[in-house]
Amino acid sequence: MSDDANADGAPTNDGQQFDRLPETPADREVEGRASREEVIDWWEERFGIEPSVFEGYSFWEKGAGKVWIFNGEATDPSEVEAIGMTFLRTRQEHWKPTTRAATRFGDLATKNVIELDPERAVTFMAGDDQDLPEWNGDWGYLIATHEIAGEQEPIGVGLYLYDELRSVVPKGSRADLPIVE
Amino acid sequence: MNPLERYEPLVDDVAAFRAACDRPLPSVVRVNEMAASPARVREAFDDEGVAYDPVDWHDGLFRLPDGNPGGNWPYVHGWTHGQEEVSVLPGLALDPQPGERVWDACAAPGSKTTQIADAMDDEGTVVANDNNLGRLSALRHNAERLGITNAIVTNQDARNFSTKPLAFDEFDRALVDAPCSCEGTCRKNPDVVDQWTLDHVHAVAGIQKGILARAVQATRPGGTVVYSTCTFAPEENEAVLDHVLEAEDCEIVEFDLPLDTVPGVTEWEGETYDESVRRAHRVYPHHNDTGGFFCAKLRVGGDETAADDEEVGA
Repeated sequence: MSDDANADGAPTNDGQQFDRLPETPADREVEGRASREEVIDWWEERFGIEPSVFEGYSFWEKGAGKVWIFNGEATDPSEVEAIGMTFLRTRQEHWKPTTRAATRFGDLATKNVIELDPERAVTFMAGDDQDLPEWNGDWGYLIATHEIAGEQEPIGVGLYLYDELRSVVPKGSRADLPIVE
Repeated sequence: MNPLERYEPLVDDVAAFRAACDRPLPSVVRVNEMAASPARVREAFDDEGVAYDPVDWHDGLFRLPDGNPGGNWPYVHGWTHGQEEVSVLPGLALDPQPGERVWDACAAPGSKTTQIADAMDDEGTVVANDNNLGRLSALRHNAERLGITNAIVTNQDARNFSTKPLAFDEFDRALVDAPCSCEGTCRKNPDVVDQWTLDHVHAVAGIQKGILARAVQATRPGGTVVYSTCTFAPEENEAVLDHVLEAEDCEIVEFDLPLDTVPGVTEWEGETYDESVRRAHRVYPHHNDTGGFFCAKLRVGGDETAADDEEVGA
């Protein structure tokens, strides 16, 4: 069955190619596809990152809900292996930023950022969950940071639920690191 | 036979050459300056107690005498990337600029792609191609860890690379860091010497000629193509250049590298090559205590100002 169109003839998501996100929800042709405006608004609402940060970038979907961020020239659609970097998981109730989006852009976040002490940062990067009842902020996806060379820097995405910070660092990026006081 | 013997007539000090080839190389990391300065990486290494030594010809490289380049915090942050010292040379020769269109023809696992993107300050487009899908996943992992957003990854045979999936049909610069016999990596991977065969040299030389020719064709008039290998074999170096000089509209240009090198050779086993291959650089392990390497820079022929899109970027 072709996945280029559904029974009504409307275009659907094609998992074999990258499609540029529509500018706004009004421009949406593919059902369920996030718009550029919604993506940028989400980063501002969730993490306080100014929309101007993303002005020069384009956003693309390949597969169900995986949004990529790209800073170069590309055709639309693009039949290539990758375009920029994975950025955000959409088409689910709670959108989830990727670890690499957090490390690349998370230093610009002004809210829903959790600063981890040296020991907690090590636990986090090992991929382990940890009790963290002292967090008084929102539940959901947070950008985790720790101090390195005198400044807080992002290390990834945590999911905060029921007094616990779950590390969602992908398996291939987990690391056994020393505690640096 | 040990293939290193066949290169003894090319080197100035055979004993030093062979002794250097027998010494293991230290782990080296390159600083991803998009993410952190060398000074900041040094500070983080100091705080963490990671031993490091500077490399005198490049302030963005550190030797890690204790190894384990991926087991520290700067690596996790994408501030560093494990990369052999000589492997940064083609990126320096290529000298890509922000906003350009650059092709990395044999890109996996991405050390040079990520260096190119860093030099471009993550602006413009770098097309990272490799024919090996498995190795492309390593490239993608590295590019994401270093925070690169201006790369497109393609999976084609570089010899007949099609620009059809791209938004443009020619590049400003192209890097051919070609698959090769790799004896230059013997200090890191001694097996390459045991696995060496002359048949492979001849087979891979055919592939190298095809890729370099395609790179010249895919680069705009006046653009730059860099050819590099980690082999000492003239069949895979000067002979490839000589072939492409004949077949395509291009010339080899002079360029400097920041370490001790010797010129390309014009004669080898009864063959002679165009005099201009002397502008290429040979890097021997005993001259700078590095791996072995070969690097040439080409200018694509034709009238630079005739390019269609010359005014677009102005």
